[in-house]
Amino acid sequence: MTTKYETVIGLEVHVQLNTESKIFCGCSTEFGKEPNENTCPVCLGLPGTLPVLNKKVVDYAIMAGLALNCDIAEYSKFDRKNYFYPDLPKAYQISQFDLPVAENGEIEIETEAGIFNIGVTRVHLEEDAGKLIHEGSIDKSKGSLVDYNRTGVPLIEIVSEPDMRTPAQAKAYLTELKMIMEYLDISDCNMEEGSLRCDANVSLRPVGQEEFGIKAELKNMNSFSAVEKGLEYEVKRQQGLLDEGKKVVQETRTWDESLNKTISMRGKEEAHDYRYFPEPDLVPLEIDAAWKEEMRKEIPELPREKYKRFIFELGLPEYDAGVLTGDKDLSVFFEEVLSDYDDPKNLSNWMMGEFLRLLNENSHSPFESGVSPINLAKMLKMIDQDIISGKIAKEVFEKMYNSGKDPETIVEEEGLKQISDQDELDNIVDAIIEDNPEAVEDVENGKERAIGFLVGQVMKETRGKANPGLVNQMLRDKLMN
Amino acid sequence: MNIYDLTIHELKEKIAAGELTPAEIKKAYADRINEVEDRVKSYVTVTDELAEQDLAEYENKKEALLAGIPIAVKDNMSTDGIKTSCGSKMLENYNPPYNATVVEKLNAAGAVIMGKTNMDEFAMGSSTENSAFFDTHNPWNLNHAPGGSSGGSAAAVAAGECAAALGSDTGGSIRQPASYCGVVGLKPTYGMVSRYGLVAFASSLDQIGPITKDVEDSAILMNVIAGHDPKDSTSIAGQKEDYTKYLKEDVSGMKIGIPEEYFNLEFDEEVKASVLAAVEKLKEAGAEVETVHMTDASYALAAYYVIAPAEASSNLARYDGVRYGLRSEQAADVSEMFTNTRHEGFGDEVKRRIMIGTYALSSGYYDAYYLKAQKVRTLIKDDFDRIFNDFDLIITPTAPSTAIELGSKSDPLEMYHTDIFTVPINIAGVPAMSVPCGFDSSEMPIGLQLIGPHFGEGKIIQAAYTLEKLLNINEKRAEL
Ligand SMILES: [Zn+2]
Repeated sequence: MTTKYETVIGLEVHVQLNTESKIFCGCSTEFGKEPNENTCPVCLGLPGTLPVLNKKVVDYAIMAGLALNCDIAEYSKFDRKNYFYPDLPKAYQISQFDLPVAENGEIEIETEAGIFNIGVTRVHLEEDAGKLIHEGSIDKSKGSLVDYNRTGVPLIEIVSEPDMRTPAQAKAYLTELKMIMEYLDISDCNMEEGSLRCDANVSLRPVGQEEFGIKAELKNMNSFSAVEKGLEYEVKRQQGLLDEGKKVVQETRTWDESLNKTISMRGKEEAHDYRYFPEPDLVPLEIDAAWKEEMRKEIPELPREKYKRFIFELGLPEYDAGVLTGDKDLSVFFEEVLSDYDDPKNLSNWMMGEFLRLLNENSHSPFESGVSPINLAKMLKMIDQDIISGKIAKEVFEKMYNSGKDPETIVEEEGLKQISDQDELDNIVDAIIEDNPEAVEDVENGKERAIGFLVGQVMKETRGKANPGLVNQMLRDKLMN
Repeated sequence: MNIYDLTIHELKEKIAAGELTPAEIKKAYADRINEVEDRVKSYVTVTDELAEQDLAEYENKKEALLAGIPIAVKDNMSTDGIKTSCGSKMLENYNPPYNATVVEKLNAAGAVIMGKTNMDEFAMGSSTENSAFFDTHNPWNLNHAPGGSSGGSAAAVAAGECAAALGSDTGGSIRQPASYCGVVGLKPTYGMVSRYGLVAFASSLDQIGPITKDVEDSAILMNVIAGHDPKDSTSIAGQKEDYTKYLKEDVSGMKIGIPEEYFNLEFDEEVKASVLAAVEKLKEAGAEVETVHMTDASYALAAYYVIAPAEASSNLARYDGVRYGLRSEQAADVSEMFTNTRHEGFGDEVKRRIMIGTYALSSGYYDAYYLKAQKVRTLIKDDFDRIFNDFDLIITPTAPSTAIELGSKSDPLEMYHTDIFTVPINIAGVPAMSVPCGFDSSEMPIGLQLIGPHFGEGKIIQAAYTLEKLLNINEKRAEL
């Protein structure tokens, strides 16, 4: 009988904080500058320079810790992580070893399989390294250039407990983290630009066994789908080894996107000894209750709370609530409209339909389109008040989207106002009755469906402006009595 | 007296009285450098051009504390556009793009910077023989070492090649050369002077301080360089003192501890006699002198030779040939470039300490070495705190002997032992000053160490000033 295995996954996620200046000097963190433009003696690690901690960075780390339900350390400190690499100008990275800013947290995630709590071991602060530019691998390339713009950009590393049991859970956890960071507005969380990076520890153990199996560390997964694919591949690889009676070796493996597989980078023996020790150039970090409370006040409603509120208080379907809260701006937009308009479901339909369609077509974020929340609220009210029809509204909405004009102006300028005046419609309805004797006969013989045809003809004649409900009623009055 | 023999305060008086102009002073010191530098070799770089520029600024800075005063700076303090070699081949061609905070402060105070002084490579050594470039000679006897690692600064002051100098002290590197060269050297409380721009050796121990011809100059220079610096997180916030207010001949009622465990160590009898005679003078002047018991200094020495190399192994890792300084030409790949650059660029003592420090921090050894040393450090701090609950100052010799002969100590451990009296002070983070207290039978100067509690520089200055007046030997100069 073959053994059944359980997958165990833990993630180490690096999040670049979007402070204006670097963690230990005044240099800008702006992305996309000329190489080495954002540098100074401190972040270049020139002899004699010293780090000075940017308080804003600690603010953000405390916020992240609180949002992940962690305990915030009253006493924290920085340590040096020593290793040689050309992108690391001091040959050590200032990080935190045994006393991180935050510890012992957890977050709730949801997958198709249900709801899970994933433990957050710790959140610690550190500085980013620079970037090497060379042909092929550094060992083979003739030369290499270094860009230190990224050196000293603040990072938090969020380490999870080994609580995830499937790649889908890992992806959901990562997605939840990204959303939380976006809601806190402390990171751009762009995996392609590297402001969100994810490493994974993966192991398998026989179902029911307490002890963890031997793990592989997985690196270089540069997108959400890469994380899921990389983990799926790795689980299969380890499963294959175990089924053949072989052993998994402890090693670091890299995900190769083009080959669609993981490749061994280095074994346990080649693992670094980072020789951590307390950073003597910085004083310990003390976070008092007042500072913590000040940061707690900065924390907005988080995605998971909002998701639940949209379902339970606004009555939205889970799917809608998920889509709307999945993007911070979209949820903000939604709630801004709701402050002027009180039918959440109707609003949700519009946003999930026309609005998202146009945003996707134009690659816009919600606030980049011509539709402001207040104008969308106005338009929805115009539909409710029969000033425009739902069909015309789609036309109006697209014009709002492209022009930025308010719906009243568009309706006015384009003459799109719904015709709800019976006298005005009377002649048209009569003309349609006269021109469609067969349909009229059908109606008179009790064929309800033929009324729809006649209404359609009136709508066509009025280019969609006629109030369809009214036209329907008028036809019934004229033909069925 | 020659102009180059004058102290800062004497030069200031003569400028104020119109007896000397800054240009005459600068010329006198520049001439002195030309006259004796061949023999003393204090300077790695003589910055005559910079001195001329500083002099040209004089009119704008007339009122400043060091206006027109020739000062030398140890070659491990960053000077914008001027070679800062740290006595190492690694940085032989390194011109930093910024000034250390102390250099900025000297500039603001109107100092005329004469040059960058020789030192043991990366401040690791006690004789300046570990300089990658050349030996510096003791002005009192050219066959002897000036001490180290600030040997160039101490020799330059003693030889009249500057009015005063800045040194740095990690385990005695200001006080021991001051003692060997018969000048005054102060290591301030850790954090009292900004380390920004001081090329790090052991960050938790390094401190910049003045090396001067007398105690009054030390107080003046402290007024210039002390104080909080936002660029150095370990620099102490708070009000800056006027150290010249402690220039009083008064030790009456001052309680001075004489640690028996230090005096019981085996060291030069002439040094011991001279120090104890000076203590006797203070007693006669009204100080209350008592024997005290302290932790054996050898524990501090052991802790020091773990902590300092550990920090150094990390601080010196950045010299990899990538960005500045030496880069080995002999390298097939990046890892070889690192290895060969460090192999070619560092001297033996630096390599030795990097290896000791790397070992002490390695996984599996960290607890036994680094962590244990940190615990010893706490005990030593507590030990000093305990004494300073009851005493104003502690007095010990500065060094176990007078200046050693150049080339006489080849065993590193024997050399480390010359730091026995000075190292515990850095471990505890307290201030201490070496003041000349006499000469041995070979006419080599002897230094006495005054140790104070944290922020006790004032008391040290007051006692040292009194002692200087009592002994009346501070006008004696080395003959060259
Ligand atoms: Zn910078």
